[in-house]
Amino acid sequence: MSTTLSDVQDGETPPINLGPSSSRLGEKAIVGWLLLCASLSVLITVGIVAALLGDTIRFFQRVPLSEFFRVGQWAPWQGDFPVFNLVMGTLNITMYALIIAIPGGLGAAIWLSEYASNRTRKIVKPVIEVLEGVPTVAYGLFALLFIAPMLKSVWPTWLPGKLGQEPELQFAGAAALVMGVMLIPTIASISEDAMRAVPSGLRQAAYGLGSTKMQVALKVVVPAALSGIVAAFVLGISRGIGETMLVLMAAGATPNASLWPNDSVLTMTAFIARTAGGDISHGSTEYYTIFAVGSVLFVMTLGMNMIADFFVRRFRETYE
Amino acid sequence: MRTAAHNRNAVNAAREITLAQLDGSQRQGRWKGPAFEAVLLTAIFVAILTLLAVILWALTAGWERLDLNLLRNMPSGMASRLGESGMQSAIIGTFYVMVGLIVTVVPLGVSAAIYLEEFADHDTWYVRIIEINLRNLAAVPSIVFGILGLAFFYRGGLSLGSVVYTGSLTLTMLVLPTVIVTAREAIRAVPPSIRHASMGMGATKWRTIWHQVLPSSIPGIVTGTILALSRAIGEAAPLIMIGAATFVGWNPDGPFEGSFTVLPVQIFFWSAQANTDFHILAAAGVIVLLGMLLMMNSFAIWLRNRFTREW
Repeated sequence: MSTTLSDVQDGETPPINLGPSSSRLGEKAIVGWLLLCASLSVLITVGIVAALLGDTIRFFQRVPLSEFFRVGQWAPWQGDFPVFNLVMGTLNITMYALIIAIPGGLGAAIWLSEYASNRTRKIVKPVIEVLEGVPTVAYGLFALLFIAPMLKSVWPTWLPGKLGQEPELQFAGAAALVMGVMLIPTIASISEDAMRAVPSGLRQAAYGLGSTKMQVALKVVVPAALSGIVAAFVLGISRGIGETMLVLMAAGATPNASLWPNDSVLTMTAFIARTAGGDISHGSTEYYTIFAVGSVLFVMTLGMNMIADFFVRRFRETYE
Repeated sequence: MRTAAHNRNAVNAAREITLAQLDGSQRQGRWKGPAFEAVLLTAIFVAILTLLAVILWALTAGWERLDLNLLRNMPSGMASRLGESGMQSAIIGTFYVMVGLIVTVVPLGVSAAIYLEEFADHDTWYVRIIEINLRNLAAVPSIVFGILGLAFFYRGGLSLGSVVYTGSLTLTMLVLPTVIVTAREAIRAVPPSIRHASMGMGATKWRTIWHQVLPSSIPGIVTGTILALSRAIGEAAPLIMIGAATFVGWNPDGPFEGSFTVLPVQIFFWSAQANTDFHILAAAGVIVLLGMLLMMNSFAIWLRNRFTREW
């Protein structure tokens, strides 16, 4: 029954309701569901922290903190749990990988952003994205069966001291070499985004002063995009620390506290995967090492990410 | 202070360039520019050529096992039967895990994206937490998601054991942020005028989303989902954590029963064998895996070009 003009003229108060005609409970339920899904991502983080924390605490009930953080040989099978050697293994590989990945990624980014024509960039950019998506198990197999034997056969054994020793079948250098190349696209695409965001006015001003393309790239664009570039480096480091399959397959399995590229090392990630993939009984101290080492790994990568975030926020040059 | 640093950069660069001009070193250094560009190009070529090298090497190393038996037969642990060992269970297992992943991650991811784009008030604390969290999750190593799966889906909480759906759920956690981010981009690309027109005709907000916004953003959502899947399909580490087994001689019985394995895990286990005949199989497996990825990526690109609307 609708309110008509004649009703009003008859002198009755018209029941006009300007609010919605129904309370739309269904729609509210839908919004509730959507919010629930959006909150799920937070729940994942909470879940990760809970999963790590619970069993890490159980680990430390059996193994004292001083044992975990002391410097020494990692040998859980005989009750030695200093995480030091695993961290060193991770640092070893990540360090050598970055020696390749940082100049490589930065160089690729400068070329894409400053030198490539629009047409070339339209072809190369998707190729870089494809490179980022190559399964690491493919790189791992390549490193294990092709790069490692090749490096081993050409190893400069005439070098003095430790560096001159011929490596074993699996060693840090082979994994690091492939990881370095693997990280180039990651670092390149993030740095390139930062360089593209530098307004062309800055470049034109530099050209107007008579600078060459190389000077514009190195003295104007790179400093102006520095926050984004540093963030890309940090993200590259955290990718390297978190990489599992490549180091699991190619870096060996000996927990050496060594920074030599010709040593076999065990990284934190490789230890976790190796232990979980092996025969361990649920509830044993060895089972809980997965979570303790996982916590160290998580804290390290989270810390890296926060540093990257800080750099982007704190040192970002803002242009209109 | 920031502008000061910024000006200093500009002034330094200008001074250096001017000085170089004045003392003529610019002219002498003409070879520098091309040499620099050559160095930059090397970086890109190294990355691209390495992938080509991986493909070429895997093709040659796995050539003698790249046949139909590889796809048809079950993996065998017996060295005597290596010549006809295949990876059917790994391919079917991958397929099952991917189907479980799609039916889980698409509704969750798209719903979250709709909320964040259409309903969220970006000044509230909880929306800000969600945003920060999504950024941080993208940097968590995949093996940590494996630990999450081990603690809550394999044991504890859900206690599903080592079955296909445990793998799907673990990978869901891993790629959910990617799906949310790409779905948000697709939803954002729908112009507001479409929404205004629909609501002007009296449609409610949800009807507008369901009948106008979502249909227009489907190509973008599908493309993003395929890209997320192509990341998930190559992941081995999280699935090793939840016990994807080695040498499974049968296909998974269903999403909740029977042990399973997937292609990348199978490749890894083959690579870890001492008998080098297994390495031929692993190389052939890499070619199959890369082939699957190539098909998925081409499909996504085709989809993007075919259906993306210019507004």
